[in-house]
Amino acid sequence: MWRRWRKLKEAFIEALIRLCGISATIFVVGIFLFVCREAFPLRHNPDFHLTEFFLSIQWYPTSEITKRYGVLAMIAGTFSVTLLSMLMAAPLGLGAAIYISEFCAPRPREILKVLVELLAAIPSVVWGFAGLTITSRLIVRFTSADVGVNLLNGAVLLALMSVPIIVSLAEDAFKAVPDSYREAAIALGATRWQTTWRVLLPAARNGLTAAVLLGFGRAIGETMAVLMASGHAITIPHSVLDPVRTLTANIAAELGEAPAESTHYQVLFLTGVLLFLITFVVNLSAGLVIRRERRS
Amino acid sequence: MNRFATTPLVQAKLRQEALASYAALGMLVCILLPLFGMVGDLVWQAAPSLTWQFLTTAPTHGMREGGVRPAFIGTLYLVTISLAVATPIGVLAAVYLTEYAQDTWFNRAVNIAVLNLAGVPSIVHALFGLGAFVYAAQLGYSILSASLTLAIMTMPVIIASTREALLSVPRSYREACWNLGASRWQTIRAIVLPNALSGILTGVILQVSRAAGETAPIMFTGAVFYKAIQPGTLLPYALDEQCMALSMHLYTLSTQTPGVAASIPNATAVLLLGLVFLVNSAAIGLRTFLRSRGK
Repeated sequence: MWRRWRKLKEAFIEALIRLCGISATIFVVGIFLFVCREAFPLRHNPDFHLTEFFLSIQWYPTSEITKRYGVLAMIAGTFSVTLLSMLMAAPLGLGAAIYISEFCAPRPREILKVLVELLAAIPSVVWGFAGLTITSRLIVRFTSADVGVNLLNGAVLLALMSVPIIVSLAEDAFKAVPDSYREAAIALGATRWQTTWRVLLPAARNGLTAAVLLGFGRAIGETMAVLMASGHAITIPHSVLDPVRTLTANIAAELGEAPAESTHYQVLFLTGVLLFLITFVVNLSAGLVIRRERRS
Repeated sequence: MNRFATTPLVQAKLRQEALASYAALGMLVCILLPLFGMVGDLVWQAAPSLTWQFLTTAPTHGMREGGVRPAFIGTLYLVTISLAVATPIGVLAAVYLTEYAQDTWFNRAVNIAVLNLAGVPSIVHALFGLGAFVYAAQLGYSILSASLTLAIMTMPVIIASTREALLSVPRSYREACWNLGASRWQTIRAIVLPNALSGILTGVILQVSRAAGETAPIMFTGAVFYKAIQPGTLLPYALDEQCMALSMHLYTLSTQTPGVAASIPNATAVLLLGLVFLVNSAAIGLRTFLRSRGK
């Protein structure tokens, strides 16, 4: 009797563990379905056209006469901010990872890793605040811009936010290269730099790609910092000193004012679907790159 | 002549080495300098407002004066509830992934889902929270909706660090326990989880720091600009009420409150940073202690 009860308890607990195990999958699918569900009624909406959504830069969701729902300018904003930030973050992150993993003595290495970790812990709203108060001041002083909240400001913040991810994942990738590779290179008379450049970079290529991709994914999805620091104009930027609005910032700025079930509200959810798909593709490719590396 | 004299070739090589080393160091400095610069500037600007009263009084005069007590308590509420929800689910999910899952296509999909859940943009989590908890589950704009959204968002942190902790428990421990006739769950409960406890704790601590700083997911699910609370009580909010939160407070102070003294948003930012750094240092300290004990 007691034994049967124990068996039953075990079965219950194992079922619970299995349920929790697949919970992450349930949540990811659930997020996608829920966000899709709210956007779904757009299908029958005469005011909304999918081609206009992707190809128009006109976004007048609250206009009385001509409502327009084009997010092209926001897509351009998202990608310009993110790509500019990656141009800064990828080389800086990889360089810093090379220093930490190859040139640094063990004791300072631990301290530097802790500092990078603290950098990663800074909340995005604090970055946004720093963008409003610190970087915007610097941009006005050192460039010709009249206003400091613009594409450059957003990109600098995003670079600083995604750099810790790149550093720590790239450092892991360097660590995963077997020491025998380093020893073989040193035995041939290579300096540490030659070893890094000719041996470690090619050997850790997949891990480094995944690091940059995950940093990219983080930067695309970032909301508060770009909402506060990138200037909010719905235009396609022509220079790095132009203000932009990203897809994420657009949702954050307008969701509060869009009444539930309105077309405006549904279009914002559709933007959410688009963002979900973009980050999904980026993260999935990072995951596949990591997997390929593990297998080889 | 000295046989080991450095030839021009070797000199060039060493010069290149030194150059590369300094370049890499320079890149690292480029990353860390803003960290110190920013924290220094925030603290400097915040100095006039950094008093004990700031933490214990409510904002007054349309948030232009006074402190942040309701926001601070609101953040504690959100963090505690999301922690209570995310910890058990996250830990058990990690147990499944390390102790039960075989390498099948299904479990590969689960692994990819964990990676993707960590990558979903925070604003999409907000949309989900709004659609699922506020409207579909009819929890309304409330602490509960906001906490549940935060819990889902921060769960991957717990899964990742618990998993690492479970993987570091040697397989021989489990085998020894199985040989004594213990079942799978008994082994996990008696051997694996206690040995991984500290690693799990690190994950939980990191979850706290992540949840405390998030703004976008709570902005549309339960956090408000301003809410008056009973002074003097320790638990002023009910779970179906909206609340203030530090991160949200910083956002509204800096973008939607004209004429506020610079020191107040700065002090809020410093408080938020201090909270997050304190929590993270605890996690780092715990990890260092464990590593030194493990050696």
